Amino acid sequence: MPIYLPIAELSVQVFLIFGMGLAVGFISGLFGIGGGFLMTPLLIFSGVPPAVAVATVSSHMAASSFSGVLSYWRKKAIDIELGMVLLAGGLVGTAAGVGAFALLRQAGQLDLMIAVSYVLLLGFTGSLMVIESARALLSTHVATAATARRPEPPKRFDRLPFRRRFEQSRIEVSMVPVVGIGVFIGFIGALMGVGGGFLLVPLLIYLLRVPTGVVVGTSLFLTLVTMLAATLLHAVTNRSVDVVLALILMVGGVIGAQFGARAGFGMKSEQLRLLLGLLVLGVGLRFLYDLVIKPEELFALEPSFAGARP
Amino acid sequence: MITRLGQVLLVILALAAPAAPAGAEQLVTSLSSHRVAIASNFTGDELALFGTIVNPDPRRTGPTAYDIVVTVRGPKRTLVARRKEVVLGLWVNTGSRQFVEIPAYLVVLATRKPADIAPEAVLRRQQIGLDHILLPQRLVADIGDIGNIADEYRAALIRLKAKGGLYSEDPTGVTFLTPGLFRARITIPASAPVGTYEVETQLLAAGQVLAREVSAFELFKVGFEAQVERAATEHPVLYGIAAVVLALFTGWGASVVFRKD
Repeated sequence: MPIYLPIAELSVQVFLIFGMGLAVGFISGLFGIGGGFLMTPLLIFSGVPPAVAVATVSSHMAASSFSGVLSYWRKKAIDIELGMVLLAGGLVGTAAGVGAFALLRQAGQLDLMIAVSYVLLLGFTGSLMVIESARALLSTHVATAATARRPEPPKRFDRLPFRRRFEQSRIEVSMVPVVGIGVFIGFIGALMGVGGGFLLVPLLIYLLRVPTGVVVGTSLFLTLVTMLAATLLHAVTNRSVDVVLALILMVGGVIGAQFGARAGFGMKSEQLRLLLGLLVLGVGLRFLYDLVIKPEELFALEPSFAGARP
Repeated sequence: MITRLGQVLLVILALAAPAAPAGAEQLVTSLSSHRVAIASNFTGDELALFGTIVNPDPRRTGPTAYDIVVTVRGPKRTLVARRKEVVLGLWVNTGSRQFVEIPAYLVVLATRKPADIAPEAVLRRQQIGLDHILLPQRLVADIGDIGNIADEYRAALIRLKAKGGLYSEDPTGVTFLTPGLFRARITIPASAPVGTYEVETQLLAAGQVLAREVSAFELFKVGFEAQVERAATEHPVLYGIAAVVLALFTGWGASVVFRKD
């Protein structure tokens, strides 16, 4: 069943787009990530103009993460305080990222920067997660008692000022690394057109030792707020949010996210981390492949702003 | 519509007839529609162009005595073509060319291959065929078109546009129904941009252009599609808020529907 998208200005198959929303929604609910790093490339591959894809995906991620936030909220698995501190840093990072985005676009090297960032960040975090979770899984098989032990609170940030206790997460840590992580996620998110959940989840687990149960809900909370802001920003500055496309993606996404979240509750956190690690690593390798292998078409067309020099 | 078209045709004939010297051919064309609406089920459309050769020269006989070339130009857009090259083992954009105000849609329909219709000089001067239509590029500080002399950017532009069905050249796109009556089919893909499309019809014989007719049609959105676009461009803040509310409502709805307890 074809439908015409008024802002993207092209005709798409409803069920194909719906299925993409469903699949990415499932992954999003399972791991507590926005899924933008999967959805945006999928849409661009389907022929949606990149600007419309990035903007519309942000509204889709807002819907997906809101339904996730609600179910984690009922399970009291969100640390709002930690989320707010991260958000404060995130807003600063987003502003810086938007600026960098514009500069790179002018230089014609945005694609390269995005691809290299994907390869480096996804490759690094993916490998780290796979190694760590595989080791944890192996050790639980050897000594089952070890799993119940809570990891040590982070010692490396002990000397930094502005210490604060986050009750929900049961951690006491300086605000400096928390805001720092927020800035980093905001910057990367704006630059790469993703929510950044796939980076935030491992950072919170490995750097701040936030318990995995709270991490997913808190990460979804941050994704929700940043994506709502991004939707509004894209609509006002670029007029590139396609509500018809967004609605199809959202309906698929929220249904998928519910099933994903349910599937996640029954799984061990090491297993979840291993799967997310493999997924992140896989996407990173895909981008590396595109960078290294000679493309079939060496040329690409993109819209230009009248009068601007290439 | 029909009567207005009839009036236009009569006016054209009335104006053309006395001015034309005896024996000079004239063209009269008619498009099947001047307004193409895009609704939610739009997957592209097709228009028919009919035309007749008025006052044909009886000395010109045979199936290839007259040739027709129909050129359809869509709304103008400025594009950048980028070229990738391998640098330190990575495929990166190294070169780029800006195409200034070129048609977003460009279709050439003809009775024969342009090269068979007229000599190169005429094709170039009259801009007949994709290879001869000017596609101006910004070259350092100047704007110009260096033509079809092995320009890889120009070739890439045409190739990529053709992949999306937006640029094409069909040497059998115009058919003569009778020696004086011809028809051309103009295909509009779903990805065609909204705006005014100019349809130029040229009549050629013995390698020379004898007559030229210009018509146009408009591609526009209707109904819900048009309202969405108008809202997005005229009330961006409200539109953004609506998108946010839609996202929250969908997310909330799903969590209510799927709530187990």
